[in-house]
Amino acid sequence: MEGLVCKSIYKTYDGRVRALGNISFSLPDKGIFAMIGRNGAGKTTLVRILSTELIPTKGSATIKGLDVVKDPSAVREIVAIVPQEARAIPWLTPKQTIISYLLYRGMGYSEASKRAEESLKKLGIQKSSNKLNRLLSGGTKRKVLVATVLASEAKVIFLDEPTTGLDPISRNDLWKLLKDLKDDYLIFLTTHYLEEAEKLADKIGVIEKGRLIAMGTMEELRSKVEHQYSIRILGDSNPIKTRKGVTVKGIDGTYQILTSESDAFEIARELIKKKIKFSTNPVSLEDIFYYLVRKPIDEDSGVEEGGWR
Amino acid sequence: MGRSKLSQIFASVLVNAVYAMQNYPVTFISTLLSPLSILIVITFVSHGTLIGVGVVGALIMTMVSSGTGLQGDLSHLKNDFKLQDMVVSSPTKEATYIFGMAISEIIYSLPAIIVLTILAAIYVHPGVLQALVIVLIMGAMFAFSTVLGFLLSTFTSDVIQSWAFSGIVSLILTTIPPVYYPISYIPVPYQYLAYLSPTTYGAEIAQSAMGYISISQLNLAVDWAVLVAVIAVLFLIAYKKARWRDP
Repeated sequence: MEGLVCKSIYKTYDGRVRALGNISFSLPDKGIFAMIGRNGAGKTTLVRILSTELIPTKGSATIKGLDVVKDPSAVREIVAIVPQEARAIPWLTPKQTIISYLLYRGMGYSEASKRAEESLKKLGIQKSSNKLNRLLSGGTKRKVLVATVLASEAKVIFLDEPTTGLDPISRNDLWKLLKDLKDDYLIFLTTHYLEEAEKLADKIGVIEKGRLIAMGTMEELRSKVEHQYSIRILGDSNPIKTRKGVTVKGIDGTYQILTSESDAFEIARELIKKKIKFSTNPVSLEDIFYYLVRKPIDEDSGVEEGGWR
Repeated sequence: MGRSKLSQIFASVLVNAVYAMQNYPVTFISTLLSPLSILIVITFVSHGTLIGVGVVGALIMTMVSSGTGLQGDLSHLKNDFKLQDMVVSSPTKEATYIFGMAISEIIYSLPAIIVLTILAAIYVHPGVLQALVIVLIMGAMFAFSTVLGFLLSTFTSDVIQSWAFSGIVSLILTTIPPVYYPISYIPVPYQYLAYLSPTTYGAEIAQSAMGYISISQLNLAVDWAVLVAVIAVLFLIAYKKARWRDP
């Protein structure tokens, strides 16, 4: 069953600034989807449209068959969102934060209180449940907001950059939790952390300048890149010249050879012979992301324009 | 599942009043004292002769301040915490959210209203009809300032804009109008300025009902008509122009 379907969504602000253009895709009703893209690429605009906060200029979308433009009230029964710049209200405690939100969703107080405790426990922050939000660390505050929407009965959750501000351990904890939930929910997240998208998402979308330039599983995205393997050479010189693939210089000054799996093996042998330190991996989401966003849209300009870190 | 509108209203009351006063008790003291401050000044300056009109004025002003306070609170919750974004994407409807927030402002002002009501019983001694007129005016001023507050909050994108709106609204609704004293106390040219504020009409009706000022039946009718018309027009503008879901 399709959980979310976007049909040619366009969004233009003030009739001039185009934020989204012709966004179309569909997602199953369960699993994790990550939308990645640069700042201002259109991720948040898309999430705000899908969560019924914003009206698109053109096009429509359905969530579990309900139209976000024509029937927002019905959609709001089944979705919940943690907006990008949401902050836990400082004069509330985590438990009060969750209870209030669940009351907004129309739940009774006792049910809300019970769910609040369960959700705080699920996120491992039950010890802070009665402390004021203002006294919590940035990471815990973020977790409070995630716990808030997860405590609701909504089955489609939008998380706009949910792990911003979390330390690596807290981030991993949240990833684990989200992974555990993916059989019951459709979780739509936006992120700047490519590693997060790669580790968590069943499907990944890449948005650039308001257009969806790629979408698929990691394997499907990998297949969009001409080369499947990456060899990163440690040091700031390019010690070998090879025609088996493409050598690019990253913005950090290091070199990377993008090549096929079989050629990667040969190049690696040559590097070992020359006692040059290197690492080799299948092309990562970061590689793919840089490849896709640096490439002018609708033009095939080649990998040489890549901008690896 | 069955959605309870009462729960949704209660949510706003908890967030914006009960939890705020429970967790920050200083807000309770502040709300209690703020309407009394001008009343104290007026009482001292008039050697006690204006305490009655001052108490009635303070009751009206408490309601106006509750409504204008709503603008700041809504803007704060919308822009700084994105609460409104989360609520927009929830089953709570716009009217329920605003109604809940408006109630929260009254709850927040309740300590002051109770103290002023006690003072009114001691110094004003209103009859049933007079009390009814005061309550009606309080309700009308609250409705007016609440709708205005909501309308303005939907157009603010940050706290600086919100403060700017608050400053202007506060000048028009609480500084210019003669609420704590009769309008005859201010020079004639400034009386015309005072009539630009809807609060002036409310205050004039309440002061007339209490016998603090004497105005003709026609003037009284005009005061009511202006007040009702301004509220109706503002409701209409808010209904048409206020932004809940962004365009």
